[in-house]
Amino acid sequence: MQTEFRLPALGADMDAGTIVEWHVAPGSRCKRGDVVAVVETDKGAIDVEVFVDGIVRELLVPPGTRVPVGTVLALLDTEAAATAPEKVQVPAETRAEERAAKAIAPRVKISPAARKRALEMHVDVASLRGTGPEGAITVADVERVGLTSQPSPAVAGEGAAGMRAAIAAAMSRSKREIPHYYLTTTVDVTPAVDWLAAHNAAVPVTGRLLLPVLLVKAVALACREHAGFSGFHRDGRYDESPVVHVGVAVALRGGGLVAPAIMDTADKPLAVLMEGFRDLVTRARAGRLRASELAASTIILTSLGEASVETVLPIIQPPQVAIVGAGVVAVRPWIVDGNIVPRHVLTLSLAADHRVTDGRLGAHFLARIAALLAAPAAL
Amino acid sequence: MNREQMARRVLELLTAIAPDVEANSVISGVAFRDQFDFDSMDTLNLAIALHREFGVDVPEADYMHLASLDQCVAYLAERIA
Repeated sequence: MQTEFRLPALGADMDAGTIVEWHVAPGSRCKRGDVVAVVETDKGAIDVEVFVDGIVRELLVPPGTRVPVGTVLALLDTEAAATAPEKVQVPAETRAEERAAKAIAPRVKISPAARKRALEMHVDVASLRGTGPEGAITVADVERVGLTSQPSPAVAGEGAAGMRAAIAAAMSRSKREIPHYYLTTTVDVTPAVDWLAAHNAAVPVTGRLLLPVLLVKAVALACREHAGFSGFHRDGRYDESPVVHVGVAVALRGGGLVAPAIMDTADKPLAVLMEGFRDLVTRARAGRLRASELAASTIILTSLGEASVETVLPIIQPPQVAIVGAGVVAVRPWIVDGNIVPRHVLTLSLAADHRVTDGRLGAHFLARIAALLAAPAAL
Repeated sequence: MNREQMARRVLELLTAIAPDVEANSVISGVAFRDQFDFDSMDTLNLAIALHREFGVDVPEADYMHLASLDQCVAYLAERIA
């Protein structure tokens, strides 16, 4: 059976992307979950996975072409995958090695800024010799080669301006369509801070945890117990997501942000969440996110503590219905058992969709997150 | 390894954990946080990278000594010596 492989939607704020490179060719066999193409979008370069097992029949969109979401990028033969004899394929070990190499090594070591510049200047990054650390290609390397080429109007829309436009579109839609209500509560997180310090002193450096990971887990567990916060509002109705994928807002250093999801957040132990979080932040900033991660979040956690703000009143990312904010952890005078004592406190906030829940339900949800944080060892 | 080699290696580790930072734009005496919004995740990743590369275990209480390239090199020189 022939299956169309289309450019997937990557959330509410992306409507087009530019094919940067194909990882497959006609005749290549691919498995569900394999990354088959790299697409440059307003959110950086995204690895796009295929969702069926199959053999590539034809690639319809050449690299360098900007196409809208939903465009058929390639045709796959899905029946052939089950019946095609192994002998027409490359020997298994070779393919496995190639796949492993692809999975581990970035194809070309290149900074996101340089990748964007290369795309703008129509420079083939594979032909460049990098002069940066570990042979990484820098903006200067691209410009040295590409100065003679003309910038292409085909890729206008990507880059920082494109991301700003995408965020503007999504947030305007959110403010237009979603009747937000906002709740905040200041929580004594001293137990979590102490628990983290003790944990981190007792494990090797690679096993250390960060506070946002506790927050992510607490949000996920609270979503499981309180309906109406983890799901999607589409076409006038709300559907609770059967699984909780907490998205983490990651600020990009050049400006802009993305909120990729840590999949199945509620089921994972803290160490696994930490690994996932670390991996997402690194890849978000390197422009190596996967399409599935960008579209999967059922609720987002945005933590602005690094910027020393006390309270964040976030905007919901449609079609989601809630977003949790966390400010800075600060030492403040607090009253414990009638005495004024210094404690680590954190202001948590919730922006939620009034079409789905009311303030009272939101208050219960936020209080549950706070209670979970108070017992960090149980997370 | 002299200080210059050490600084070069730390810079390589830095741009490996923060791939959106251009190596030749890093100013050695200025805090990473002030140059490119270095956050707690970056600091932890740097501590892990220094551990792998130099075998130095940086306790959380010492993170403040990793604030800039110059400080990293000074801290490493002291810990390795």
